[in-house]
Amino acid sequence: MVIFGIDLVLLIPALMISATPVLLAAIGEAVVEKSGVLNLGVEGMMITGAVIGFIIAVNTQVPIYGFFCAAVAGAILSVIFALLTQYMMSNQVATGLGLTMVGLGLSALIGKPYEGIKSPTLAKIEIPILSDIPILGPMIFSHDAIVYFSIFVIALVAFVINKTRIGLVLRAVGENQEAAHALGYKVIRIRFIAIMFGGATAGIGGAYISLARVPQWTEGMTAGAGWIALALVVFASWKPWRVLLGAYLFGGITVLQLNLQAIGVAIPVEILSMSPYLVTIVVLVGISLFGHHTAPGSLARPFHASQ
Amino acid sequence: MKFKSVLTGVLLAFGLGTAAVAADVKVGFVYVGPIGDGGWTYEHDKGRLAVEKHFGDRVETIYQENVPEGADAERVMTTMAMQGADLIFTTSFGYMDPTINVAKKFPNVKFEHATGYKRSDNVSTYSARFYEGRAIQGHIAGKMTKTNKVGYIASFPIPEVIRGINSAYIHAKKVNPDIEFNIIWVYTWFDPAKEADAAKALIDQGADVVLQHTDSTAPQAAAKEAGNVITFGQASDMGEYAPMPRVSSIIDDWAPYYIARTQAVLDGTWESVDTWDGIGPGMVGIGEISDAVPADVKAEALAMRDAIANGTYHPFTGPIKKQDGSDWLAAGETSDDGTLLGMNFYVEGITAEVPK
Amino acid sequence: MFGLLLGDFSSAFSAIKLIFWDPLFDENFASYARPQLLVKAGPIILIAIGLSIGFKAGIWNIGAEGQYILGAIFGAAVALSLYPQESVFIFPAMILAGALGGFIWALIPALLKVYFKTNEILVSLMLVYVAENILASVSQGLLRNPEGMGFPGSRNFQDYPSAHNSEIIANSGMHWGVITAFLAVILVYFLFLKHQKGYEIRISGEAPKAAYFAGINPSKTIIFCMGMSGLLAGMAGLFEVAGPAGQITISFNSGYGFTAIIVAFLGRLNPLGIMLAGLLMALTYIGGEIAQLMLGLPGASIQLLQGMLLFFLLATDIFTNYRFKSRDS
Repeated sequence: MVIFGIDLVLLIPALMISATPVLLAAIGEAVVEKSGVLNLGVEGMMITGAVIGFIIAVNTQVPIYGFFCAAVAGAILSVIFALLTQYMMSNQVATGLGLTMVGLGLSALIGKPYEGIKSPTLAKIEIPILSDIPILGPMIFSHDAIVYFSIFVIALVAFVINKTRIGLVLRAVGENQEAAHALGYKVIRIRFIAIMFGGATAGIGGAYISLARVPQWTEGMTAGAGWIALALVVFASWKPWRVLLGAYLFGGITVLQLNLQAIGVAIPVEILSMSPYLVTIVVLVGISLFGHHTAPGSLARPFHASQ
Repeated sequence: MKFKSVLTGVLLAFGLGTAAVAADVKVGFVYVGPIGDGGWTYEHDKGRLAVEKHFGDRVETIYQENVPEGADAERVMTTMAMQGADLIFTTSFGYMDPTINVAKKFPNVKFEHATGYKRSDNVSTYSARFYEGRAIQGHIAGKMTKTNKVGYIASFPIPEVIRGINSAYIHAKKVNPDIEFNIIWVYTWFDPAKEADAAKALIDQGADVVLQHTDSTAPQAAAKEAGNVITFGQASDMGEYAPMPRVSSIIDDWAPYYIARTQAVLDGTWESVDTWDGIGPGMVGIGEISDAVPADVKAEALAMRDAIANGTYHPFTGPIKKQDGSDWLAAGETSDDGTLLGMNFYVEGITAEVPK
Repeated sequence: MFGLLLGDFSSAFSAIKLIFWDPLFDENFASYARPQLLVKAGPIILIAIGLSIGFKAGIWNIGAEGQYILGAIFGAAVALSLYPQESVFIFPAMILAGALGGFIWALIPALLKVYFKTNEILVSLMLVYVAENILASVSQGLLRNPEGMGFPGSRNFQDYPSAHNSEIIANSGMHWGVITAFLAVILVYFLFLKHQKGYEIRISGEAPKAAYFAGINPSKTIIFCMGMSGLLAGMAGLFEVAGPAGQITISFNSGYGFTAIIVAFLGRLNPLGIMLAGLLMALTYIGGEIAQLMLGLPGASIQLLQGMLLFFLLATDIFTNYRFKSRDS
């Protein structure tokens, strides 16, 4: 299906693959922020996941183990953040930035011996009947496991947040931590779990970059994906399905501008390059105009139980 | 920490501070990227290791990687000079002004700046005629493509990159008049994720050959996944992707030059020169052409390589017109180095425009 | 832990010594390294001071890097359009242009927040990427050196005396950017300590509803805070490009806008603290370079060290928090 010289059957899968890392990191961070915590260390957790995932995948030759260990690594790193901000009451913004630095530095050190090595890649899953549908088949139904997993996570989070008691408690903790505490909810414990979830998904997202999108390990390879994920959470007004939309929109424009360049469209390269960011700002302004602010009320405020 | 280990540490620290290997010459290397990039910096570091191996105890080398261009570069070079370096290689164009500045402050230290154009009494410049390798790539590409579309991942619109595009295009078009070049500018020398995305976009647009002027193996991986796309290794052989998709490569071989210049410092014969070597002197290597290339094309490519090497063939030989239709080279006329060095125009036939 | 990563305590000790002690005191390079501390710390402190104004009010300007770039572009444009004329007015004009550039770039997220309630974190961050693209464009187009053999990059300001941000005292590292940074520290210190505006800003951050009822206009606060931080960041960019960096190139910006955020927090959003934190950060950079050279330490380990340093200092936050509480109760 070709529109303006671009084959959508090729564009849509490329866009989905490009968006999956930030999608995973963003949905995790959305959960974290819904619980009232701002973790700016997403980039650090992603890159740690990328390096650990890569190392495990190369050593075991089974990519899925890599992803699993990446999730664990991301979660462990996030525990440091959780300990510092929830128990030691340190400033969340600064601690998150410190986490990014630690993650970047640590991953570069650990990954040094693995630079330039090839890793095993994920196979695409062919779903028996669905993959054969013309146009839609190759577009949506022929991806690797992690892409489907990411969409599943979005659905899961949407369900849990909106339809379960746990989700309600999470939201309560995020909106009004004092009230939630007064009602007997363990604010810090819930935030801890949310933070670990965010770390795990960020780790998987990072591993997707080093194992599927590129696939290679180089220091600093996430190249700001963590920041994009943070921006997407705000863009999505903390709503899970909007996170998916935002991630695909951003990934889509990024891939689109490359395709436009490849075709030779006469728009200056720099304008095409900045388009994803400009469009994000424009859409955000639009949302702010027509929607209302839904930031969790206790976002980034430290909670001290003895109040 | 036990007192003993503190004491050991103190002694060792003093030892490290004062111990100087009794080498005759100290050579410093300033790298713009990581030595693990598998491309540009990796090859420079191979050159450094070759120097160490060749000279043994007589030469000590020091290096620093990931040095940003600008004030940081100046500081690193100054520190190296203050550490006693006698010869310093600065391996990126953006180090040009810092190199000149530091050279002024340390007139007894020799500097070698890669790909630049400013020299002074103690600053030499050196670069490689990569466009010679591009000619061979273009020839193979033109012959092997089935879709007649060649994708080019270009880094920055500087003369060196434009030269490469032109050289590849001229030779692809010679053997395949229907050839079309699609160029994506990624504005980085090394960014595996971006390079992978660019490669995929080019392949999605129908290219079955991908040329790159960026340093990672990401385009090779993307090509491998797509299947039936051929690529060429850039700056280093990237042989792990042979025989497909990597069918050949351009290898930067700095070792002979580095050894020669170090020798000159040892002998006291070092002078400021400008070196622009190609396949002949061995600075540009053509990687093993794989079996995926048909035998006749391989033979032609090797013949072209030899002709360029012994000077009987120049990749920029007329008749060639500029993209705007104006005349550039008459039949049989070859381009002078000056025009090549400042090349900021495409040759006739390339449809895109050079970014401003 | 750092030592374990390196393999043994003795190399950890020598690394620590190289990073923290030698740049200040070693006879071989301290005389060169000490001024370099100022060169490195100057822009970071200047930007961090500006950021601290906003952070105190809960206004998160994450896009200082973009404002830094725009300031450099505006200032350089003024200078290059006047080339080759020499005049004592060129440099001050550049400073004003730099401040203006950063101010305008920060005004975008500020106005969007005031009128549309858009989140300034997101907008200012996105604008960093936009600024980087603009930088790439002007490096190759508008501001490109016509005598530069077709290579991207502007003229080098070291060749243009009226525009050059040179050291006031030779080899001291003190260029106008460093001086401005120290002035900013003093000015902002008094702003917060004595001036009404400083009080208003602090209240806006600590008790927004109280501030509203006290008649403090939130919109004006937002514009003031973002504008000031953008202005200072823009000036920092100008000083850097006309001085140590030397020319506008595609990637002359080295992340100072983000480092400044960390320094602002390390310094507890207090001007004097920021000054010390900035110098400490610069020390880790400079010392880290030396350690890389002498010990072959990978560059990444320095980043790790900086992160762990930040964690360590943040962990001591717990003491300040508890002390504050016990005074109240």
